[in-house]
Amino acid sequence: MSVKPLDSRYRIETPEGIDLILRPAGLMSRALAFALDLGIRGLLLGGLLLVLSQFGHVGIGLAALLLFVLNWWYMVLFEVFNQGRSPGKHMMKLRVVQDDGTPVGWSSSLIRNLLRFVDMLPLGYCLGAISCLQHPTFKRLGDLAAGTLVIYRELPAPRPVLPDVPALHPPFAMTLTEQRAVLGFAERQGDLSHERARELASIMAQPLKVDPEHAVAQLNGIARGLLGPP
Amino acid sequence: MKQRHFEARHRQAWQDFGHLLDSLECNAAAPMACRSFTAQYRHLCQHLALAQERGYSSHLVDTLQHLAMRGHQQLYRHRSHLGASTLQFILAGFPRLVRAQWRFVALACLLFFGSLLMTGWLVYLFPDLVYSLIDPQQVVEMESMYDPDQSRLGQLAARQSSEDWMMFGYYIMNNIGIAFQTFASGLLLGVGSLFYLFFNGLMIGAVAGHLTEIGYGPNFWSFVVGHGAFELSAIALAGAAGLKLGWAVIAPGRLSRGEALRSAAIVSVQLIYGVLLLLFIAAFIEAYWSSKTAIQAPLKYGVGTGLWLLVGLYLGFAGRTPHAP
Repeated sequence: MSVKPLDSRYRIETPEGIDLILRPAGLMSRALAFALDLGIRGLLLGGLLLVLSQFGHVGIGLAALLLFVLNWWYMVLFEVFNQGRSPGKHMMKLRVVQDDGTPVGWSSSLIRNLLRFVDMLPLGYCLGAISCLQHPTFKRLGDLAAGTLVIYRELPAPRPVLPDVPALHPPFAMTLTEQRAVLGFAERQGDLSHERARELASIMAQPLKVDPEHAVAQLNGIARGLLGPP
Repeated sequence: MKQRHFEARHRQAWQDFGHLLDSLECNAAAPMACRSFTAQYRHLCQHLALAQERGYSSHLVDTLQHLAMRGHQQLYRHRSHLGASTLQFILAGFPRLVRAQWRFVALACLLFFGSLLMTGWLVYLFPDLVYSLIDPQQVVEMESMYDPDQSRLGQLAARQSSEDWMMFGYYIMNNIGIAFQTFASGLLLGVGSLFYLFFNGLMIGAVAGHLTEIGYGPNFWSFVVGHGAFELSAIALAGAAGLKLGWAVIAPGRLSRGEALRSAAIVSVQLIYGVLLLLFIAAFIEAYWSSKTAIQAPLKYGVGTGLWLLVGLYLGFAGRTPHAP
């Protein structure tokens, strides 16, 4: 019996017939993002209160308005105008999107941030954390009602450099997943230690019918062959 | 086709599409450049499907996937209904929505105004009851706010316009905060909204009953009658929106609970937009009209009655005809 590998990626099929793959963010990074936002709001409020307290009654009125805006609208405004990213989420490389991968709008953002009040109950985001931990895509209650998702922002990766070896033909016909695995091995080699690369390649030594010592070079050669001449 | 050939052939197109996305994301795209957006996006989707099907390397697939994701974000958007048609919403949409949700609105009103009137009446009959509902310290503060002698001495009369502004800010923060709480706590199977509606009714009723009983009635009623029309109905409507959320979780009908909650939330948030509007009007009236002691009480009662009628007629009858007035 084969067990499905653990995978938190979330697939959306688009009308164009392709699958978009989103990576929902878990409790820890979201909590950190919130803590950052809380800190930023605290600093903003403190600084502006110092300034506004110089202006008497008008200042107090403005301060009350400011408190209201920071408390209830800070997240909404940033999410709507800054592509789903409040400053804290920006720093943690997160963003908010709708369930179907589209940008978050006024209504959804307002719902998820008003219902934050319930997520915070009874204290310290207890309900939100429980909901987040038991949900397959880590939604808190506000996200459930608004139909939104917090995901990691994908940043374009730099082009990997493949090891320079002569191209080889694979000794047997490879399936698509095997091809991708071999290419992935060659592309990721820069990030792997020499020992780890050898260890991984030696798994393939027997099917490739080579000595484990030469498996790395063999795999790199096959990857070259799959990619084609530069 | 080998991956290298594929990349060499289409790299330019991908780069162009990336640049177009860059400019779209900072709202700086030239209209002419956007003409070919959908064609470029479709090509990219096709390339992505090909790359996956031919088993090209993860790096290439991920790069294309990233571009497709950004294109998808630009092409498909949920249009905000409110931004496009605010006027339509105020003139017809909001009252229609309130009437369509009349069950929740009726329940919320019954609970809120019911507990308000009941407590007010009870406190009026049994004056000591107020001390078991409200902290004695707060009762004293309330009394001093509406003391006829004090205001005649000029504390209220001498309020400057800057103070009006201060109170405006305070009312916005306080009242909208209460409305938001009443709404949001409805998610807890409606219990939170029921509690806040009942509790707020209780508090307001107790204060009203107590002040009337000790003879500060004229001062108090002439102050609250104007903005009360907007403020109290807004709190009741926020409660109704919360009850709708809770009811969707309790009785989702033929939908799954999550789906029912999502569709209820879309309706409720529209109600909340209306509540916001009412509360802004209320805060404005409260700060700039209700607090003016120079205006005679009969005039205030007259205007107050007019405003209650206005809110009632607006919620009851606006937008009944299919064409906007």
